[in-house]
Amino acid sequence: MSTSSRPDVVHRRGKDTVKSWPLADRIAYYACWAVGIGLCLVAASLILFMLNKGLQYVSLDLIFSNPAVGSDQSQTGGFLAPLLGTFILTLLGTIIAIPLGVGTAVWIVEYGRPARLARAVESGIEVVAGTPSIVLGIFGLLLFSNGIFAFMSFRALGGAVGGRSFLTAGVMMSFIALPLIFTSTREALQQVPAQVREASYALGKTKWSTIRKVLIPTARPGILTGTALGMGRIAGDTAIVVILLGATMQIEKVGSAPLVSTLRGSGSTLTSYVYNNSPAGEGNAPQKAYAAAFVLLLLVLALNFGIDLLSRRTKKEIV
Amino acid sequence: MPQSAAARSERRAERSLGALSSLVLVLITAMCLFVLLKAWPSFSHNGPMWFGWGGNVDDQLAAIFNSPANPAKWDYTIRTWPILYATALLTIVSVGIGIVISTLAAVFIVEFAPPSVKRIVSPVVRLLAAVPSVIYGLIGILVLVPFVGNHLISEGRKGSVTFVVQLSGASLGVAVVILTLMITPIMIAIIADALRAVPNGWKEGALALGANRWRVMWTVVVRTARPAIVAAAVIAAARAIGEGIMLAMVSGSVGFAPNPLDGITFVFEPLRPYAATIVDNAEGLSVKPFGQTIYAMAAILLFASLMLSLGGTLAKRPLRKYGVRL
Repeated sequence: MSTSSRPDVVHRRGKDTVKSWPLADRIAYYACWAVGIGLCLVAASLILFMLNKGLQYVSLDLIFSNPAVGSDQSQTGGFLAPLLGTFILTLLGTIIAIPLGVGTAVWIVEYGRPARLARAVESGIEVVAGTPSIVLGIFGLLLFSNGIFAFMSFRALGGAVGGRSFLTAGVMMSFIALPLIFTSTREALQQVPAQVREASYALGKTKWSTIRKVLIPTARPGILTGTALGMGRIAGDTAIVVILLGATMQIEKVGSAPLVSTLRGSGSTLTSYVYNNSPAGEGNAPQKAYAAAFVLLLLVLALNFGIDLLSRRTKKEIV
Repeated sequence: MPQSAAARSERRAERSLGALSSLVLVLITAMCLFVLLKAWPSFSHNGPMWFGWGGNVDDQLAAIFNSPANPAKWDYTIRTWPILYATALLTIVSVGIGIVISTLAAVFIVEFAPPSVKRIVSPVVRLLAAVPSVIYGLIGILVLVPFVGNHLISEGRKGSVTFVVQLSGASLGVAVVILTLMITPIMIAIIADALRAVPNGWKEGALALGANRWRVMWTVVVRTARPAIVAAAVIAAARAIGEGIMLAMVSGSVGFAPNPLDGITFVFEPLRPYAATIVDNAEGLSVKPFGQTIYAMAAILLFASLMLSLGGTLAKRPLRKYGVRL
């Protein structure tokens, strides 16, 4: 008889349909659906709205011309300088953040002695992750206005140090990307099985060369994911740019050395361009703001798409 | 002796990595010291009344900005209550709404959504988290603010408070809506991770006892994940407190404390939190007493985010026993 009772059980489990639930539970169930669908609708309308505005206002002219002073939107030029600024700043911030983040993660996972210091560093990174970027920016201004950091920005005639440059903003931006790179590197290192390390030691490799030749290559997808996340965060941050990069119209070089002059100079990024061209900023040019915001959104979404591909590939490799 | 040379370079590697890692601690210490030292004159001139009320905070800021050149006569008087109140109000309201929305959304993603829907909702949440705050602010100031100002606030309502504050549409309501939208994706990600980590056996046990799927989620899974919900709220609160750019764009940037006794008008009243005040006044940092006042606000933000990080760490501790690391 057992064969006939088994379908019975399956049948009863199938009867737990939402319709048979008490009213309160049904309301909660539909609330869950409503929130889920609502989020999708919000995201879809946001993307479609930006797409509409972007296609309306973006033109190659706008992307390949520099901002200019003008009385209305037809004269104020495009956003080549902010676009370059975004690339420079993102690159600079990531280049500083990768060694810091990866090094810290390796130390925490592989060495981690003294344990108390390791714990302090871990919570320190959490504190940095929670610090508002506006505070990081305003602190950076205070720090880099000191005389010893004059080489990073410019020195005014009176001897006061400006503190505003791509270099100083890049250093502070790296602390925005640091927690993301650290966390995903740490996760990746913790997922490396202990046998891999033991096999490497058994072959006579030292700990340091195991880290360099075995662990970091294995953790590379994790490092890349964290880096991409960090790049997205840097490209999207406005507060540090407004305070520490100066948000000037053009890239203003300092000195005459070819690359260093740009890095020591102030400039702007797409985010500060959007902010300054919105009604909240000085140059009220909504069309330019929409166009730049659209380009920025495309960059960020492309990064996100890259992260998705990366995580899908790594999952296949691990499992 | 190659052996000892190798050992020495090993030690050197460990030391230098440790030193590199400690940089973070140096940064935090320096940040606290620098900002507090710079902010001290503003705090010491006002005492506890720095947080008090009295007078118009925008007029006080203007007076500080226009201080005479003589350092002995610098004006420091400020009562930041409206700004403190705005910060707390925005954070508490949007995190409160965010908790409800993100818990429901996380339950939906983890339990109720069919796989095909899940494949859409999860990327959507990540997308909403990735959109830069300035884009939210732009849509707020160019779409929502004019809409609220032109259609939702009647002329009569504008007239009723015209002697106190101008209602333009940039308001508490718009700020809360966008801020909630900005912080929910982070909360959803954290809560959904914790919900997934609850052992399947517990769910199956409750189902076997005859509870329906919502009951199982609510009474077993969400209850187990409560520490994660607290942690998510804390992290979201840190984000909300520090959000300056978006709020500078949509909150109206008026040092005004919206009054709940005004009824519906309350939602339409402008305000300005600390972070937005810093953004709005970044140009004046070189004026010494003004800069010190602004750095005092940064010190408050720094203190709040330190406390929230501490709270977040404490809140996450109970989750360790389920093997969840956030």
